[in-house]
Amino acid sequence: MRNFLADRITDLGTFVRVNVASIGHAAKMFVVMLGRSSILFKRFRLVADQIFFLGNYSFVIIAVSGLFVGFVLGLQGYYTLNKYGSEQALGLLVALSLTRELGPVVTALLFAGRAGTSLTAEIGLMKAGEQLSAMEMMAVDPITRVLVPRLWGGIIAMPLLAAIFSALGIVGGYLVGVVLIGVDSGAFWSQMQGGVDVIKDIGNGVVKSVVFGIAVTFIALYQGYESKATPEGVSLATTRTVVISSLTVLALDFLLTAVMFST
Amino acid sequence: MKKTVFDFWVGLFVAIGFLAILFLALKAGNMSSFSFSKTYTIVASFDNIGGLKPRAPIKSAGVVVGRVAAIEFDDQNYLARVVFNLDERYRFPKDTSAKILTSGILGEQYIGLEAGGDAQYLAEGGKITQTQSAMVLESLISQFLYNKAADSGQNSSPEKK
Repeated sequence: MRNFLADRITDLGTFVRVNVASIGHAAKMFVVMLGRSSILFKRFRLVADQIFFLGNYSFVIIAVSGLFVGFVLGLQGYYTLNKYGSEQALGLLVALSLTRELGPVVTALLFAGRAGTSLTAEIGLMKAGEQLSAMEMMAVDPITRVLVPRLWGGIIAMPLLAAIFSALGIVGGYLVGVVLIGVDSGAFWSQMQGGVDVIKDIGNGVVKSVVFGIAVTFIALYQGYESKATPEGVSLATTRTVVISSLTVLALDFLLTAVMFST
Repeated sequence: MKKTVFDFWVGLFVAIGFLAILFLALKAGNMSSFSFSKTYTIVASFDNIGGLKPRAPIKSAGVVVGRVAAIEFDDQNYLARVVFNLDERYRFPKDTSAKILTSGILGEQYIGLEAGGDAQYLAEGGKITQTQSAMVLESLISQFLYNKAADSGQNSSPEKK
């Protein structure tokens, strides 16, 4: 009995120690990657290629999703606002919900699914194919050459994608609200411009999307780099990327919203 | 530096991204109506500011002429001290009065300025002496009920006798 209890407590201790150690390992890795970021200025070509790979390829899914989220916001917002006879506020509702919340968060979730998984799979397969070890043999640092440009590519691409998402969402809301339903066009824009603050709403939305960009890209790279060098290992790492980065984005969103908009 | 076919698409993507931010700032936000023109500061004291918030608009004849910079409590005379930033283009006479008004029934509160007839103008750091507090719904209702009770008291008392 006593041994059983001691074993369980040991299990718990091991569980906590392993998890804390892996968080610490990831944090150390992040600091290392930031420390080797000077390649961003020396060979911007590498980063530009990653912006192409992460940003341009995600453009279509982000643009279409933004447009459709805008459509839905227009319809649902009109339904609710119409009950209070204030359908002119539709523009404000669409713009605020997109710039403050939906733009950064939905873009980050889509980005994790579209770009994060491909990063993890790419790095994981590079590792499984021993390309990373080969680079080390040639005295090329794989973190500097492979991981850092991808991290910065993600950090640069993510806020741009979120802005595209929000802008197209507002266009979508306009199309449904003004063109389809017939809300007054002048009121739609003037209520929006009266209620949306450039620094407080749009600026904080951009800050959010930068934070999400760092989180999603880093988690994807870390999972790929630490994956087991087998087909199962890579598939597991890809799944974990989506799960962990989605949860991280939602948790970070709550924290950031509490800090930014609580007053 | 060698240019690749990627460069065009990367450039296009970045340009579209910045255009989207610009669209948000100009079309959705109030950047276009944001005035970077110089302002001067005026102070006014109110008995009660109601729900007035910093950055609330200051309007004269319905046109925005400035914004509320700060609201603080003055413990010398127990009044609310409101600091205005007025656009330097607009000058107001010294006996201008300030009212706290509400846009619509449930809308945001703002400050309305009514120009007086004084020959001298308010300068930087000037003080508006004539102020009218915000309308507080509770006190209006209690006043109304009080008057109603007083009226009915007068009306009913002769009947009883």
